[in-house]
Amino acid sequence: MKARVQVMLKTGVLDPQGEAIRHALGALGFDGVEGVRQGKVIEIDLAETDPEAAEAQLSEMCEKLLANTVIESYKIDLS
Amino acid sequence: MKAAVIVFPGSNCDRDMAVALRAAGADVEMVWHKDAGLPRGVDLVAVPGGFSFGDYLRCGAIAAQSPVCRAVIDHVHKGGYALGVCNGFQVLTETGLLPGALMRNAGIRFVCKTVPLTVATAESDFTRGYAKGEALQIPVAHHDGNYFVDAATHERLRAEDRIAFTYGDNPNGSTGDIAGVLSENRRVLGMMPHPERAIDAGHGGTDGRGLFDGLVGALVSA
Repeated sequence: MKARVQVMLKTGVLDPQGEAIRHALGALGFDGVEGVRQGKVIEIDLAETDPEAAEAQLSEMCEKLLANTVIESYKIDLS
Repeated sequence: MKAAVIVFPGSNCDRDMAVALRAAGADVEMVWHKDAGLPRGVDLVAVPGGFSFGDYLRCGAIAAQSPVCRAVIDHVHKGGYALGVCNGFQVLTETGLLPGALMRNAGIRFVCKTVPLTVATAESDFTRGYAKGEALQIPVAHHDGNYFVDAATHERLRAEDRIAFTYGDNPNGSTGDIAGVLSENRRVLGMMPHPERAIDAGHGGTDGRGLFDGLVGALVSA
């Protein structure tokens, strides 16, 4: 099955890249952009067919490698 | 005194690190990242600067999962010494051997210049060659050197006197101007500035020598 993992900086952790994008949008004339946060999306193809087992595997992947949980949170979507 | 310098694909300060350690009197061996073990009798492991694995995913994240890093973690758990500089600092935080994480510089830009540092504690084998409060000039060269720790961890680091160096003029947005941090047992140091680039007057300064001389001296007499 296919999974999509979204990794974002935790709320409260300042995101310098998001801030730079916000400034650039302002410079392009897009007014009213109050906040931008940048993250990553990781698409994973799994041999596993059981959603529960896949979810467990993916959580472990996130904790061990895909996210740095000191500063990042993650969200797993299975399809 | 025996030191190992870890070499990852993309390391580029490994030889500078070896030169600095040898100049201080260490017997240095280079260790490739795929090696599962460290040479026998190693006192210090140095994780050098560079761009291990192209900084893919996050700086240091892939390197932290390499076989040799498992050996480094064992070495530290047995009371061994480890020094991480720049990318090496990022690797050590990713392994969990040091607290916090290194994020993109607050000003977004890569910062490459010599910066003023203050020695925040002399109470470690890494900083015993300096006096507390001593001012140093050491180069930095990084894009992701913005050290982040939460308020509770920052307070703990201060209370336990584990902040080794602070920036005089914070170049990257690091929490509390922290440039280098010690582990709980004070045998692991991670720092973004490059002391190994400041050991030769012909290369702009010798303020980094105190770290290597103090450290190698302590480990020789241990």
